[in-house]
Amino acid sequence: MKPQSHPFQPIRRVPAELIAVPNNDNEAQVTNTIIEAKGLKRSFKARGAKGKTIDAVRGIDLSVREGEIVGFLGPNGAGKTTTLKMLCTLLAPTDGSAIVVGADLRRDPVEVRRRIGYVSQAGSTSPEAKVGEEIVSHARLYGIDKQVAIQRGKELLAALDLAEIWDRTCGSLSGGQRRRLDIVMGLIHQPRLVFLDEPSTGLDPQSRANLWNHIRKLRDELGTTVFLTTHYMDEADSLSDRILIIDHGTIVAEGTPAELKKRVSGDTITLTLRTETDAANAAGIAARLNGADAPATEANVVRFHVPDGATALPVLLGDLTKAGIDAIGVDVNRPTLDDVFLTLTGRSLRD
Amino acid sequence: MSFIRDTWIIFRRSMVLSLRQPLWVVIGLLQPILYLTLFGPLLQTIAATSGFEGDAWQVFVPGLLVQLGIFGGLFVGFGIIAEWRSGVIDRQLVSPAARTAIIAGRTLRDVVVITVQAIVLVGAAFFMGLRVPVGALVIGLVLVALLGAAFSFISNAIGIATKSEDALAPMVNTLALPILLLSGILLPMTLAPAWLQMVANFNPFKHIVEALRAVFLGQFGEPIVWIGLLLAVVLVVIGAWVGSRVLAAQTK
Repeated sequence: MKPQSHPFQPIRRVPAELIAVPNNDNEAQVTNTIIEAKGLKRSFKARGAKGKTIDAVRGIDLSVREGEIVGFLGPNGAGKTTTLKMLCTLLAPTDGSAIVVGADLRRDPVEVRRRIGYVSQAGSTSPEAKVGEEIVSHARLYGIDKQVAIQRGKELLAALDLAEIWDRTCGSLSGGQRRRLDIVMGLIHQPRLVFLDEPSTGLDPQSRANLWNHIRKLRDELGTTVFLTTHYMDEADSLSDRILIIDHGTIVAEGTPAELKKRVSGDTITLTLRTETDAANAAGIAARLNGADAPATEANVVRFHVPDGATALPVLLGDLTKAGIDAIGVDVNRPTLDDVFLTLTGRSLRD
Repeated sequence: MSFIRDTWIIFRRSMVLSLRQPLWVVIGLLQPILYLTLFGPLLQTIAATSGFEGDAWQVFVPGLLVQLGIFGGLFVGFGIIAEWRSGVIDRQLVSPAARTAIIAGRTLRDVVVITVQAIVLVGAAFFMGLRVPVGALVIGLVLVALLGAAFSFISNAIGIATKSEDALAPMVNTLALPILLLSGILLPMTLAPAWLQMVANFNPFKHIVEALRAVFLGQFGEPIVWIGLLLAVVLVVIGAWVGSRVLAAQTK
């Protein structure tokens, strides 16, 4: 993090309770917790059925450290958006508690609102409104002076490659531009924590990649903590420092993308051989590899798992050559977050 | 006070957006004039023979003003649903803005639009022959503004509570039709059979229309004038209460 290099590094008004107390070994970097939720719960009254309730979120504990990009991953209907809306004060929890940027979510939601940014997947601007008008009027709701809002808005737009759109109407922007404008709106009061709800939904691949770069820049240059929900594994994988996986209203796993993937049985190696006899022999050799599971053979293709494909592969190929077997194709596949989800829940994220 | 400041910010934004769509402003202004020119002449003859007191304009213009206040306000909910759909309402709810200001700012915009339309209507009626004391016009405009505020609050509240045009449209129509038919806006209720008159007596808008007609006849001292104004104020209070309850419930 090199905050000084950025032209609009926010002036932080860090509440006293958030200022880290250094450890005894004085140089140690203490990281602040920016979200600390305990037993957060939300149930809705079921329609039609009297007295019945649906538990959308069943008591979630989560903590997010300042400066992290945390991905909240789960299939549609898992409780992602409900949790996000609770943390953003848009939905009151039925039970539990949370401290968000030092303010108590249930006792002082107004203070939470002052300290967080929220970027909804529905957008934030009217199509017929001009970009500058929306930015200034939104900033004024935070008590920001008009001149400051204009200056800050233009700087933020420039930082997100949106210079020159100040006088355009929001409806005339492309999908990717509009999503970045939503982020500008969410950052106009310089929050230390920003929530992004399904940020890349509906964007073309190029705009998605571009948006991801901007989200990383938010953290790297402004030091903003980012909490994002997504049902795209590639998004969670490429953006997040840490991932929380939610299913049926509870967090089922948490860790860095790499940690989570290690929970899956390992890398998949797929060998293609010339004949079925070769395949049977190759399966025997593969089974003797360190940590390999029982290979599955289908015609001339052998498939099995090893903890680490990169180190197993040279050994395997050496052994095959020694046995006089000629492989015509080798594939090593690292596990994806979808494999992780499948292992954890027995279902695919895509379902 | 942050409520007033936030209301003002939201009002300004809404007003700028309304003015950006001149077509709607023009259509809004044309409507009362169409009523005057296409419906007014019909009343010229009826007013002479029916139970109305005063000339056709003194009878008809108060009715049109009350109608403008009611209908001008009733349909604004469609706009707030569109704003909710584009994420603007959630964006404002997540800001520290006073909850009630989010609806009050929009209602203030509606009141300004409706009042301007009422001024155009009264101006056009003047050219067609309406002659009433200036005080009567002022009271008329105040009444229109109050009714516009009450119905704008209610329509915005229903819009935000239902978030669906399909739900809002039948609700608005269900509200509007009996109000219109039982208010004596278009025809005097004195023409109605006794049972209908009884029912109409429960319609506050009948009394509001009667109050404004009395004022247009220069009868400022009549008790009905105060009753009408009081009813309008009560409606605004109810509308504001419903509106702020609905907005607060959005984050419950």
